[in-house]
Amino acid sequence: MSTTCAMPNNIVRTREQVFQINLSKTHHESVIALAGNPNTGKSTIFNALTGLNQHTGNWPGKTVKRMEGKFRFHDRHYRLIDLPGTYSLLSTSTDEEIARNFVLFGKPDVTVVVVDSTCLERNLNLVLQIAQITNNVILCCNLIDEAKRKSISVDQKSLEQDLGIPVVLTSARSGDGLDELKQKIEALAMGQIRPQPFAVSYPHALKEPVETMTSSLRELFPTLPNPAWVAMRLLDGDEKIKEALASPELLPSLLNNDSNLTSENRIVPSNPSVNKIFNMADQLSQSVRPVMHDLFVESLFEDAQRITRRAVVKKNGVRIWDNSLDRFLTSRVFGIPAMLILLSVVFFLTIEGANIPSQILADWLFQIEDLLDQAFNYLNAPWWLTGFIVHGVYRGLAWVISVMLPPMAIFFPIFTFLEDFGYLPRVAFNLDRLFKWSGAHGKQALAMGMGFGCNAAGVIATRIIDSPRERLIAIITNNFVPCNGRWPTLIMLASLFVAAAFPSALSSVAAASTIVFITLFGVLITLLVSKFLSTRTSLRGESSFFQIELPPYRRPQFFRIFYTSLIDRTLLVLWRAIVMAAPAGGLCWLLANIYIGQYSLFAHAANFLQPLGQAIGLDGVILLAYIIAIPANEIIVPTIIMGYMAAGQMTELDSDFELKQLFVQNGWSVMTAVSLMLFSLLHYPCSTTTMTIWKETRSVKWTVVSNLLPLSIAFAVCFIVAQTWPLLF
Amino acid sequence: MALIKLSELSYGQTAALKEIKINGIQRRRLLDFGFIKDSEIRVAQRSPLGDPTAYWIKGALIALRKEETDHIFVEIIKHDKVNL
Repeated sequence: MSTTCAMPNNIVRTREQVFQINLSKTHHESVIALAGNPNTGKSTIFNALTGLNQHTGNWPGKTVKRMEGKFRFHDRHYRLIDLPGTYSLLSTSTDEEIARNFVLFGKPDVTVVVVDSTCLERNLNLVLQIAQITNNVILCCNLIDEAKRKSISVDQKSLEQDLGIPVVLTSARSGDGLDELKQKIEALAMGQIRPQPFAVSYPHALKEPVETMTSSLRELFPTLPNPAWVAMRLLDGDEKIKEALASPELLPSLLNNDSNLTSENRIVPSNPSVNKIFNMADQLSQSVRPVMHDLFVESLFEDAQRITRRAVVKKNGVRIWDNSLDRFLTSRVFGIPAMLILLSVVFFLTIEGANIPSQILADWLFQIEDLLDQAFNYLNAPWWLTGFIVHGVYRGLAWVISVMLPPMAIFFPIFTFLEDFGYLPRVAFNLDRLFKWSGAHGKQALAMGMGFGCNAAGVIATRIIDSPRERLIAIITNNFVPCNGRWPTLIMLASLFVAAAFPSALSSVAAASTIVFITLFGVLITLLVSKFLSTRTSLRGESSFFQIELPPYRRPQFFRIFYTSLIDRTLLVLWRAIVMAAPAGGLCWLLANIYIGQYSLFAHAANFLQPLGQAIGLDGVILLAYIIAIPANEIIVPTIIMGYMAAGQMTELDSDFELKQLFVQNGWSVMTAVSLMLFSLLHYPCSTTTMTIWKETRSVKWTVVSNLLPLSIAFAVCFIVAQTWPLLF
Repeated sequence: MALIKLSELSYGQTAALKEIKINGIQRRRLLDFGFIKDSEIRVAQRSPLGDPTAYWIKGALIALRKEETDHIFVEIIKHDKVNL
């Protein structure tokens, strides 16, 4: 939307429209924003207040997750909005822009800033910034139990006095202090307390320009609630604030405090007056701009330090156990082996643990298929309808759910456990050097870790990477870590073909090593492709800085693990897969049951693909299965079996022995298995992942690249294997 | 006392931050983490592959690459005896 043309008054949207908050129509809800540094237990506070009354979405127009929830206290209703965790509101990252715009323009009735009591000084930096934007702030000193363990005591009264805002000490994990937090939220929302936040001291060199700007802003916009802060941001040349001020929907929301104003009597500032202010800021700031950001942050920290010194008493010499854990988990000798062992344990638990539930789920779902079949027959449905719906669409779905759900329901909670424990940032720390070499970011390792569960989830997980260039690299290469949908195929091939080539005493070791080798090969390809992308393509660029915080190790929480892993990850991904798998099942059935001449469409297509398949060590049936299974890798093997048996529907065999026999009869050798494993590792992302890539990048070009690049690599690698294998063996 | 690069700080030494010769968004991020003049800083842990390094600053553990710490200058204020 252009910001230069004059907007008619009726364009002005309310806060609820701009930030897409659906407040209740039947009763009044106060809007509470939850702000804070990352790793302060902010989400624990959020969960403790809202329980299961929450839902996840995105911020309007951004791929940044937003959590929103409701709670009631003393018969009043509250809407809690969780802002992205940020260290500051000054660096203008997307997260910070969202948090700041919401506090500034969304004008929540109360903003609760959650801070880590063990690290109060740095956290106060953010508190002081927020308290400049709004008066309605509550400081929530969380993790007070952890502070106690570390012999740190926090003086609530002293903080309240110095900061001029209500302060609550909480330990969200045990629920301590939450009632007091709710009481203070209530008192503030009802206007019973009116905080007068401590006014930060502006550095000497900035005093005059800030004062001049502030008085002009007051003159132009008498209702602007925080002119000094806006003056400061304009002097700092903050483009995002300029944009927001020139925006026809945000500025009016800032100026019109009374939400009952009708659109006719809202103040809509004219553009010339806004431009006048911008010019003034540019002139005043010429002398100070290069140093002003430093000066400002330094003075914030000076204030923070002074306030902390009065409020916090810390006993020295306390041994902190996570230091010793870090000595081990990130040590030169044990760091990487410990990581690989941990990864293997996670895989082992996932694969072994999923076997039985998968089988039970499959039995159950296929029994329903029989019932459906009978029901369709009873209703005299034509055979093709029964076939298409029951043996095509339903069977495809049943297959995907039974193969996909159990491993994900095990993998994601374990992964979330490690995330919650604080181990994942250490993985990025351990491996960053490799990613730096390839021009990418260490955090890519975390997205890859998630990719082992599901590549679509892995693609979403790349959101933690700030640089758009590095994030795209992480998105494009996530495909090279095998997901849960591909593990069963890889394991089956490794044990039926590769392990069988070894003496039986060594066979299980051989199978396991094959899997490890394939996985490491995927990591190698990831690094090489990242290097290629960052040196030879339009994603060229130096790797940016690393700069991550390694939070203290913390006991993970059951609720968060349960909620995040099952609702946010497993069910989300499962739903997307179901939507995709249904048509694939139907298509598969149609291909196998429509005949032209003597052969089915499936057979014709497989014949057509045969030469291409053979050139890369596979065959036509396998390639066709890969095309049909674009929506879900889970149905690859059943589709291949269907093709070989010329059956009318996806099929499974009762024993591994029969399976191997069928494959051998159709010309498979160890080379076929190796080529297929490599093809499975490399080929292209499933359609769920492709759709996620598009949603995250909003770019057709990069979505196409994410498919074609892996496909060419898969063909090249398999071609080389197929052509050199006969020379070697 | 002479300034050294943060990347040259050894385990067991405590230093005061003096100058950051990095500009733009990276400088702002460092400031947000509390990398301001006279902040105390200590080496906590080096990555198994030698880089990045985690530092204690303002009560938190922040990891930085050598590319960054080569441009941050500090003054050693204390040598601890370290028994490893």
